[in-house]
Amino acid sequence: MTGARIFAVGGLISYRALFYWLTPMIYIPSLMLAPIFQILLMAYIGRSAGLASDEFYVVGNAIQYAAVPCLFAMTQLVGGEKFQNTLSAILVSPAPRLPLFFGRAVPVVLNGAFVAGFSLLAGSLILGVHIPAGAILPLALVILVAAFSCTGLGLINAALALRIRESAVLSNVLFGFLLIFTGANVPLSDVPGWMQTVAQGLPFTHSIEAARDLVAGASLASVADLLGAELLVAGTYLAVGYLLLRFFENQGRRHATLERS
Amino acid sequence: MKTLRLIWMGWLFQFKQMRRSSFDSFLAILWPLFFATVAFFMFRQGGDPDALIYAGLGASVMGIWTATSVAAGSALQRERWYGTLELLVAAPAHFSVILLPIGLATATIGLYCMATTLAFGWLVFGIDLRLEDPLAFALAVTATLLSIGALGFLIAVAFARYRNAWALGAVSEYPVWLVCGFLVPLAFLPDWVRPISWALAPTWGMRAIRVAANGGSPWAEIGMCFVLGTAYVLLGVLITNRVLRAARARASLSLT
Repeated sequence: MTGARIFAVGGLISYRALFYWLTPMIYIPSLMLAPIFQILLMAYIGRSAGLASDEFYVVGNAIQYAAVPCLFAMTQLVGGEKFQNTLSAILVSPAPRLPLFFGRAVPVVLNGAFVAGFSLLAGSLILGVHIPAGAILPLALVILVAAFSCTGLGLINAALALRIRESAVLSNVLFGFLLIFTGANVPLSDVPGWMQTVAQGLPFTHSIEAARDLVAGASLASVADLLGAELLVAGTYLAVGYLLLRFFENQGRRHATLERS
Repeated sequence: MKTLRLIWMGWLFQFKQMRRSSFDSFLAILWPLFFATVAFFMFRQGGDPDALIYAGLGASVMGIWTATSVAAGSALQRERWYGTLELLVAAPAHFSVILLPIGLATATIGLYCMATTLAFGWLVFGIDLRLEDPLAFALAVTATLLSIGALGFLIAVAFARYRNAWALGAVSEYPVWLVCGFLVPLAFLPDWVRPISWALAPTWGMRAIRVAANGGSPWAEIGMCFVLGTAYVLLGVLITNRVLRAARARASLSLT
């Protein structure tokens, strides 16, 4: 019961704290305008290079942009507490860590899914990409799974923020790798084999492919294997992220480095 | 003479400080490389070697804008955090002479980005960039840096009253990459975008660099860079006077 309360109340407070920091002056330019510009940039490069249709770039970049809220907000989980000098108070508490950390991840997943969904809608309207009505609900599910998966990577990022100072730089670097490796802009068949192999273990790779199939008219059942693969990636990252958080928490206690900023 | 010395010392100080920041230097260099990599893959897939060279030059200039837009947007907020903004405003020198070097220093960091992107394109994607007129190329790069630095100064003062100006600076990154023709020829963009492109110095800087690299005469484009750069500085000085007057009258400089 205590665990459920920590999960729900901790998550709710974290959500409110996130939006205390993410004011409209930050949220609108960073999470609503920037993804639209990224979609337009990539779609026009695609036109200029004579490559894939606009649909390819709208779907790929809308989902990939969920990396920004998922990676940065999860890092805030640790970085924000450090900044406000509340990290020690949280980590000294006897609260079970699983609901403590995962409760804080829920708002991040929902926010990431909203950003991807909004970007997909706006990008489609601006570039005239048609999304079949029957694909909307399955797409929402795919986007939610994609955000969940990237939040797993964000949890690893948050754990590393216990150890390193420049977590914002690391978040940007991870975003960049996801931009290149997940097939958001370059079909995986056109990149070297080792990049294709790496892509299979990254968030977004399978969900972007599933979303493109759905927009092209495929049924949810036909992309179930891709969704399953994305969930497997998500589960792996969440597990590794949780273990890393515990590891760095213990290291921080042992070496008195929790407050290092 | 005093003003020139202040600009020089300000540039040196800001440049050294930014070089020590992993966000302002390391990330500023790496960030455009991610997009350059994607663009290189896309243009290579297109199969046109000339397009790849076009993208190589464009991607290298993207970094100059990246280094400038975010850092210039957050320049005043950074001084607020350091607690030095009031001291700088109260100094006898005009505040714009203190701010201008920040824009110039951020653009100079862009030189690292440019060199890294060109080297990366050559090493990894085999983009063989031959400079037909190296002197004109160097002058075109200098004109581009100065005009983008002046634009950075304008951004810094225009966003002076916003705590979260970094977000506004960051969001200008993609649009400028797009409308200034770094990777996409302006002919691909809608007609209504053209006047916006012409009003932005990076458009002319990019043109000057491409023309110079191909052995053409870039002087008209370089001239446009100086005209627009001067206009940005004059406009920035006017905005600085207005913003400072308002901040003093309302005691709102620190935004607390």
